[in-house]
Order: sequence, then structure tokens, then C-alpha cells
Amino acid sequence: MTRFDFNDASVVVIIGSGAGGGTLANELCQKGFKVVLLEAGKRQSPATFRNDEWFAFNQLAWLDKRTTSGNWQIAKDFPNLPAWTCKTVGGTTVHWAGASLRFQEHEFKAKTTYSNVTGANLLDWPLTLAELEPFYAKAEFKMGVTRTNDIPGLPGNNNFKVMYNGATRAGYKTVHTGRMAINSRPRDDRSSCWQLGFCFQGCKSGAKWSTLYTEIPKAEATGKLDLRPQSRALQIQHDKQGKATGVLYADKEGKHVLQKARIVCVAGNSIESARLLLNSSSSTFPQGLANSSGQVGKNYMRHTTGSVYATFAKPVYMNRGTVMAGIVADESELNLKRGFAGGFEFETISLGLPFAAAFLKPGAWGRDYARLLDQYPNMAGMWIVGEDMPQETNAVTLHPTEKDEWGLPIPNVHYDDHPNDLAMRNYAYKRGADIYNAVGATQIVAVPPYPSTHNMGTCRMSENPRDGVCNKWGQTHDIKNLFISDGSQFTTSAGENPTLTIVTLAIRQADHIANESSKKNL
Amino acid sequence: MKRREFLQKGVIVVAGAAVAVSGVAVVGNAAEWTAGLKTLNPHEGQTLLKITRQIFPHDRLDDSDYIKVVQDLDAEGATVPATAKVLHDGVANLDRSTSSKFVTMSDDDQIAALKNIEDSQFFQKVHSTELVSLYNNHEVWKKLGYQGASYPIGGYLHHGFNDLNWLPEPPASASPKPA
Ligand SMILES: Cc1cc2nc3c(=O)[nH]c(=O)nc-3n(C[C@H](O)[C@H](O)[C@H](O)COP(=O)(O)OP(=O)(O)OC[C@H]3O[C@@H](n4cnc5c(N)ncnc54)[C@H](O)[C@@H]3O)c2cc1C
Ligand code: SF4
Repeated sequence: MTRFDFNDASVVVIIGSGAGGGTLANELCQKGFKVVLLEAGKRQSPATFRNDEWFAFNQLAWLDKRTTSGNWQIAKDFPNLPAWTCKTVGGTTVHWAGASLRFQEHEFKAKTTYSNVTGANLLDWPLTLAELEPFYAKAEFKMGVTRTNDIPGLPGNNNFKVMYNGATRAGYKTVHTGRMAINSRPRDDRSSCWQLGFCFQGCKSGAKWSTLYTEIPKAEATGKLDLRPQSRALQIQHDKQGKATGVLYADKEGKHVLQKARIVCVAGNSIESARLLLNSSSSTFPQGLANSSGQVGKNYMRHTTGSVYATFAKPVYMNRGTVMAGIVADESELNLKRGFAGGFEFETISLGLPFAAAFLKPGAWGRDYARLLDQYPNMAGMWIVGEDMPQETNAVTLHPTEKDEWGLPIPNVHYDDHPNDLAMRNYAYKRGADIYNAVGATQIVAVPPYPSTHNMGTCRMSENPRDGVCNKWGQTHDIKNLFISDGSQFTTSAGENPTLTIVTLAIRQADHIANESSKKNL
Repeated sequence: MKRREFLQKGVIVVAGAAVAVSGVAVVGNAAEWTAGLKTLNPHEGQTLLKITRQIFPHDRLDDSDYIKVVQDLDAEGATVPATAKVLHDGVANLDRSTSSKFVTMSDDDQIAALKNIEDSQFFQKVHSTELVSLYNNHEVWKKLGYQGASYPIGGYLHHGFNDLNWLPEPPASASPKPA
């Protein structure tokens, strides 16, 4: 096991081992960089995963207390759980479903494309699809995304059959088993999908890409990775010149340790990344690190979501097989005639009985709800994922009074649904119902959003340092050796699931770090 | 958040105790099961049994399934005094606020009485505990048709992941054949 000295100031410290941090760590190690990877959670493995929703949630999820505000329904249904993310080696790639879609060209130019949406803090990305394409290709290859690189699609399960027949009868054309970072054939020393149906609980067959058993062991094999699980970054430190110098963290025993660094990369998933920068304020940077724009924590995005479930006269058993292996893509195209900006997808989703009871109608009870759950085997489900509007007031801020066990303010997550988000969601609920009604649904349930699984935008990229936190490489405008390496870089949320783009940006960021280092700019 | 809180007013936290206690077999008559309660008296146990049934009334489930929920509440009450107090006071208030004892009321009256207190800490405690405890019980899974873990059978690949036959098969371009 590689160990670097705490005073070794030649290491790159990465905070968070998920999609962004885990990928970046491997990319940098492959290039010969020494990397210390700090991860708040423990290390699990396919052997320790369990096909059990509550067990897995407790084993893997980020459960530290957070508070919420705003008019989003989450503040009412899940006031202390605004987001559903992981605290474990591999981050939320342990829970994720694997849907891997590229963003579209116009989505990188949201401000130009949608022009002025009142109340939205839209901005064009400082990069284009063309610039990202080669890196998207690398990410798809790395992750083994189906329907790319000659990898066949996954076979559709029962839930998909219902979606397919309903959607095509409702007039949709682009309906298939998606582009998934799940092996449909053995690949990369990992097996193909066994259709376990517990993708959200950690894939026991390893068919689903997760940094836990791809990027991280590959990085370890180089001898350049010092992975430190159960290590909670508390503060990023800097010198008088305003360069980052190291990271103060609490180790497994709760001891405070300072790891020196030449470069610091933050990949704690949007809420924690912003919180860490805000909690790292100093006399030089009283507003928090990299926050001269005042945009750290702002423009928090979570995608416009919701689900549509339906019951049928005959069995479906949506729990069998890949959770998210079917997509209707027609609504993701640019089409401003529907009464809202941005696009969305329908993707199949399933919940086991324990989570179905908790999430289908949060807080519900009584005869009608029990009757709905009685229909469990006859239920099909799909999820809506669409572009939400960035708003400056949707923000991660430090709680004025409540502190965590290390004495640091906990985060508050404020989110108001934008009228555009509501218009999209209502339209999607209606069209989702059309899909299931086309195949004889007996009951339709429009399910409110789950705690946010997609968290983006709190340290957004911008051309102009006034408008955002980092440049198109994720390098902060204010501190040249401080990088943002996760979804918080996103300028806008686009209508696609974020992870492929997070991985793509991490691969590209590693190249940039290597180039700038060799030019002695870093 | 502390381990062992659950979905309280929708707050998801940890299903610790509930899962542990759900393994205990429950059989026999009322006197037998209430005798085993640690914090709740038999009347409180019986009242909570009725309440838990009214909260998620599944005809296919037996009293024994709901008794486990009451036992989980009782077990938490035995270690968390605040929970014990919420349960004792909650049952007492419910009985006091209506003309007859809750357990003797008609279904409709029970539902109305619960509706009146659905925002109370007591109702939230019972509801959130039951939500995890009832629907995490493997007996309940069987009765409601949820199959649970599939790893022991090697996943659904050879166990019906695509056996739905009341709709046409999607074409291979949309849904390729398994490897
Ligand atoms: C149920 C579910 C399904 C999903 N399905 C999909 C999907 O199909 N497609 C898709 O694109 N996306 C999906 N996602 C979202 C996807 O998982 C995330 O977008 C992605 O993992 C985010 O990557 P990240 O690097 O930003 O953060 P994460 O992967 O969450 O990693 C962040 C890591 O940082 C650690 N950390 C945070 N703060 C600190 C600190 N202070 N010190 C040390 N470590 C810290 C955390 O413990 C965590 O391990 C899903 C998410 C969930 C929950
Ligand atoms: S369905 Fe496939 S990807 Fe999902 S957990 Fe099972 S084997 Fe893994």
C-alpha cells in the first residue's frame, strides 16, 4: 500500500473518490502524479454489498444532517435529506444506475439557446460539445457504455417492455435500452449484468461501472495512489500568496491531520464541495476560497425530476433486472414549442417494496395507499430527468447555528422550483401517463422528486471570472492550483444524467494538469 | 443524524433496531404477545396494533405482521426514554380525546381519530417506524409479492427478468437478446 508523507508537498490531494475524484485520481496516477485521495466514507466491495434497500442505504448513503429551505417539495417531504448521495469509497457511483448520455450541443449554450428566461441565471458554458467529444469518447470507452464502442445494448426487462410498448403507441420513436455503463458482455475484467435489479444498492456482479472497482484499483496498481478512507476534509489551506498548500482533515480516529499538497482538487459532490470552500474562509478570503465572484454555492441545480408509476391488470415485476435500462429520448430534443425551455428523458426505474412504500407518496397512509402497494407486482415505473434552470438564489449556504461533529457549520440547501421546471414536470407527468395509458394502466401515480441524486452547479464554470468559480478546465479563477473536479463545475444542468460528463471533464482536467505542470505553470 | 431514527416526517434515517427485532417470531394469542412487551402495557400494545393496521391496512397481512411493528416501537421505547414517553402519552391522548377507547371504536371512527392527530409527534413516530419496519419484513414481502434479494439465485437473468408476455416483444434493435 502506497503511503506518502504528510509533509510531502509534491502530492496532488483529491477530496472525494466518486465519479469525478476517483476518475481524476486514476488519470493522474497513470501519468505519474503522486495522489492522496481523501474519502470520508469506508471502503466496501461487491462482496460486502447486500441486496437490501435499507441495509444498503445505511451502509452507503451520506446521512450527515443537512437542512433545506425553499418551495421545492423536498423541503416538506425530506427536510433533512435534500440529496441522495453516497459516503463510501467510489462515492455515488456505488449507488448510481449507469445511464450515460452525452450532453447536446445546444445545451452548452443555454443562455444563447433559451435567451432570457425570467429569473434564471443562465450562462453559456465556456466550452463546446466539439471540444468535449474526444473526451466523451474516452469516458465511454473507460466506462464501457452500451451502444458505443460496438458494445451491444442491454436486453430489456419487463419494466422496459411496458415502457417500449406504451411509448411507441403514444407516438414516441426513440425508445431503447439506453446507453448504460453496465456490461452487456464481460469486459474490463468485470462480468456482464446478471439482471440482479439492485443497481442502487451496489452492483454485486460488478457489471456496473463504479470507480470503487475500476479506477481506484487501477490507480493503486501504479503505486502512485495513497487512498485514505474515513478521512474527512475539513479545510483547504493556503499561503500568503493565495496558493493552496494543503488540506486539513479528520482521520478515522478523529485526529486532525494536515496533508501538504501542490495541487488540491475538490470532488465532494456539489453540496459538500461548495461547503468545503465556504468553510475554508480565512482572513485573506473571508467569503470562502475561490469565491471572489460570490458564486460559490449558488446556482445549485438538481434536475427537473419526478416519476410516473402505473399499475396494470397483469404482473410486471419491475424489480427484476436493470433498474434504469430503458429510455424514451424524443423529448430531449430542442423544442421550445412545449411551453418550457430545455428537454428531458424518460428512463425506466424501479424500487423494491421497502423504498416504494417510502417514496411513492411520502407521508401517505390509509386504505388507498395500502391498495396501491398491494399492486406491487403489477407496477411499472419510469423517471423523468430534465434540465432545470440555474437560479442564483438556489444555493448551498452554511447553517447559521447548527454544526457537525467537527464543529463546522452544516449545509442548508435552498431550492425554489422555477416556473420552467414546473411546466416541464407537469408536461412530463402528462406524457408519462399517456405512455402507460396506451398499454392499459389501471392507475397512474405521479410521484414527487426523490432527494436529489443529481447535484450540480455550485461552483460553476464561466468564461468571465465575475460569473462563476472556475474556468473551462475546472481550475478556479482565483486560485490557480485549486480545481473543481465534480458536477459542481456544471454551468447549466442539461437534460441528461450528469455522470458521463463529470467523468469526461475529469479526464480532460487530468490532461490539463499534466500539460500545465510540464510547462511549469502549476 | 443519530442511528435509529427513521423516516420521520419523511426524514430518512437509519433502520437499525427495526431490522434487528423483525427477526423475532411472533405467534400465539394477544395475552402472550403483549406479555413480552418491555415498555408498553397490554392496552398500549393492543391500541398500537390497531393503529398500525389502520395506517397501512393490507387485507393480505396478518396481525402478526403488525405486532412486529409494535414490538419494534416497544424495543425503541425500552432504550430511548423520549420514545417511550411519546408512545405512552400518544395512546393516552388518543383515548382521552374520544368518547370511547380507541380500540373499541369502529374502523371509520378510528381513521377519523388518526386523521385528527396525523401531524402529531406520536403519529409521525408510529408512521415512520412502521413504514420501515412493516415493509422491510420478509414475511410481508412474500405476502405482497416482492421477491427481495436476487443474488442468491444469480439474479433474474435466468429467472424471469423478461418473462412478461401480455405485450409484444420489442424488436432487437431496441432490446437486444441477452448474451
Ligand atoms: C440512486 C442514484 C442513481 C443514479 N443514477 C445515475 C445515472 O443513471 N446516471 C448518471 O449519470 N448519474 C446517476 N446518479 C448520479 C451520480 O451518482 C452522480 O452524478 C455522481 O456520482 C457524482 O459524482 P461526484 O464525483 O460529483 O460525487 P460522488 O460520486 O458523490 O463522490 C463524492 C465523494 O466525496 C466524498 N466527500 C464529500 N465530502 C468530503 C469531504 N469533506 N472529505 C472527504 N470526502 C468527502 C463523499 O463521501 C463521496 O464519496 C445517480 C445517483 C443516485 C443516488
Ligand atoms: S441489474 Fe445488472 S447492473 Fe444492476 S445490479 Fe444487477 S448486475 Fe448490476
